[in-house]
Amino acid sequence: MNTKYVIAAIVAIVVILGSIAAYVYLSAPGTTETVMLNGSGATFPYPLLNEIITQYVHNIKPNVQVNYQAIGSGGGISDLKNKNVDFAGSDAPLTATESADIPNALHIPETIGAVTVTYNLPGVSSGLKLTGQVLADIFQGTITKWNDPAIQNLNPDVTLPSQSIATVHRSDGSGTTFIFTSYLSKVSTSWSTAVGQGKSVAWPVGIGSNGNAGVASTVAGNQYSIGYVELAYALENDMTMAAIANPSGHYILPTLESTTAAAQAGAATLPAGDASWTGVDLLNMDNAEAYPIVSFTYLLVYKELNVLPNMTQEKATALVQFLWYIVHDGQDLGPDLEYAPLPSNVVQLNEATIQSITFNGQTLSAT
Amino acid sequence: MGKHYPRLRWIALNHQIPPKFFTKKIKITGDFLFKNLAAVIAASAIVILIITGYVLTTDSVPVIERFGTDFFFGTAWNPVEGREVFGALPYVLGTLVTSGIALLIGVPLSLGIAIFLVEMAPRSLRVPISYLVELLAAVPSVIYGLWGLFIFRFWILNYIEIPLSTYLGWIPIFSGTPFGLDLFTAGCILAIMIIPTVASISKEVISAVPNSIREGAYSIGATKWEVIRHWVISYGRSGIFGAVILGLGRAVGETMAVSMLIGNATGPAAMPTSLFQPGQTMASLIANGFLEATGELEVAAYVGVGLILLIMSLLINVGAHIMVTKVLKVKGGAVE
Repeated sequence: MNTKYVIAAIVAIVVILGSIAAYVYLSAPGTTETVMLNGSGATFPYPLLNEIITQYVHNIKPNVQVNYQAIGSGGGISDLKNKNVDFAGSDAPLTATESADIPNALHIPETIGAVTVTYNLPGVSSGLKLTGQVLADIFQGTITKWNDPAIQNLNPDVTLPSQSIATVHRSDGSGTTFIFTSYLSKVSTSWSTAVGQGKSVAWPVGIGSNGNAGVASTVAGNQYSIGYVELAYALENDMTMAAIANPSGHYILPTLESTTAAAQAGAATLPAGDASWTGVDLLNMDNAEAYPIVSFTYLLVYKELNVLPNMTQEKATALVQFLWYIVHDGQDLGPDLEYAPLPSNVVQLNEATIQSITFNGQTLSAT
Repeated sequence: MGKHYPRLRWIALNHQIPPKFFTKKIKITGDFLFKNLAAVIAASAIVILIITGYVLTTDSVPVIERFGTDFFFGTAWNPVEGREVFGALPYVLGTLVTSGIALLIGVPLSLGIAIFLVEMAPRSLRVPISYLVELLAAVPSVIYGLWGLFIFRFWILNYIEIPLSTYLGWIPIFSGTPFGLDLFTAGCILAIMIIPTVASISKEVISAVPNSIREGAYSIGATKWEVIRHWVISYGRSGIFGAVILGLGRAVGETMAVSMLIGNATGPAAMPTSLFQPGQTMASLIANGFLEATGELEVAAYVGVGLILLIMSLLINVGAHIMVTKVLKVKGGAVE
């Protein structure tokens, strides 16, 4: 090899390492001891959580460092069970089996997600009206044409083509699929008998695409297709969205407001933070304004923090204060990133939950 | 011995010990270390393979115990809690079909490139073209996947699939409504991905054919086509076969690009009955489902599919080795 290149490479490496060292040195938080909080789990809330962490670390507590690895809800739950992390993120509440594995886990709703139904129909913009049963029939392959009377009757003013419907679903296991199939199971007996709910299910028909981006691209690229994506993704990318009928018979477009409305309606029946949340959902809420395909995403923490190795009084306090920040000021960061903020009654529930966290039996100051 | 070991020389001279003794002893130590180090490094490849096989086997026990041969020959796939049933047949067939398409399209193209570069291209073209072909191998598979998803699949859909299904739709393998995300598109992207491997190795193999073979063929009046067809290809066929197998290995194991283009069907819908329908390969199935798999049985099912994939790859490689060494061995003049 040419000596000139070797020298250039060495100089480049020295410069890079030097700037990293300088950055680390300059950003070191003075003399205060740094407290490190670790979490892992769901990918859905990651953009919001990442923004909250950045704000918190830069503006509120420079001596706290928070790592969140977006490895998926399943991974987060197993990390919490093995006590590898201080908190976990999950799109679904713990199942009965998981609750038995992680005794005394607290559920803290962190933000609200919704699943939107998107479609590619030339000449038809957002607002196609669909009911849960029709949606289930489309994804089950029993309604096969766009101008099927079941769809046409809901949309008398729309000219629907006599084309086959191509359904698009997520091919990877995902919380989005879990919420969508849970909704279909709830509103359609034929769906719950034949398919059921899960992070991935045995789809009777359709194309599988990877991630929100894959589904969006497949729907965008193929006329007469229909798929489902997560709300924040759909809003950011200006996708067409169907208005779905809620129990009061209103057709509701997915928005941050109609999502929060569902959470507000559901909050009345939520269990306490330390009770079992198995089976809790925000689907098909009985509120005229509420969008029907909505779900919380949760932060999971141990109620008594001394079960975690390396837990200290200082770290426990930092964790409690960080959680407090997420459910209060952190919520203000949501709308800019297309995340629906928690309604006040859920925030109150979270306050009680966070205040019940202890370290060696002592409660911790949350503010 | 000598100037490198003055101390040893001094000892040897002063103690009447033959200098050879020390030379040998020192050399043995160095050689010994190097030999063992090399052995350990060589063994690690085998050890990793054995550990992989062992872990895949033990971790897939639950699903094989539960479903027995149905896991290998069944077509149902349902990960929903309480309704679990797993059968790997559609994905084994999907892997074979997409790899088959890749070879069918990729190998003739690669051989064409290799023959053109060695036998016909002027020197000024030879170097840049072979460099560009090899550069194809450096493109990460996710890039092929993205390009395939956003651009390539529409070409395939509009210029190949729609005409074929319109005019030849009565042939079962061209039936169905083409969507652009199916076994055929995945096979086409795989064909592009195996070209650099197959082409560059074939090129080396063809270059290695001695010129005396060509000169002999020309001297008895063979045309360029006849020389290439009957002498050059025949002489290099075991090497070319090896190149094809390496390409097949890449096609069988490719994950990212395939999962972005194949349509990711599961269950009976993934049985490859038509080229223009969504399918699934073993690698893409694992990539799609493994991360969020819940429950012992579902995890075991993905691991079990991994085991089948490993066994299939091993069989292909062992089979290829036997073909190359026993069947295709070049004998004598190498003329058919």
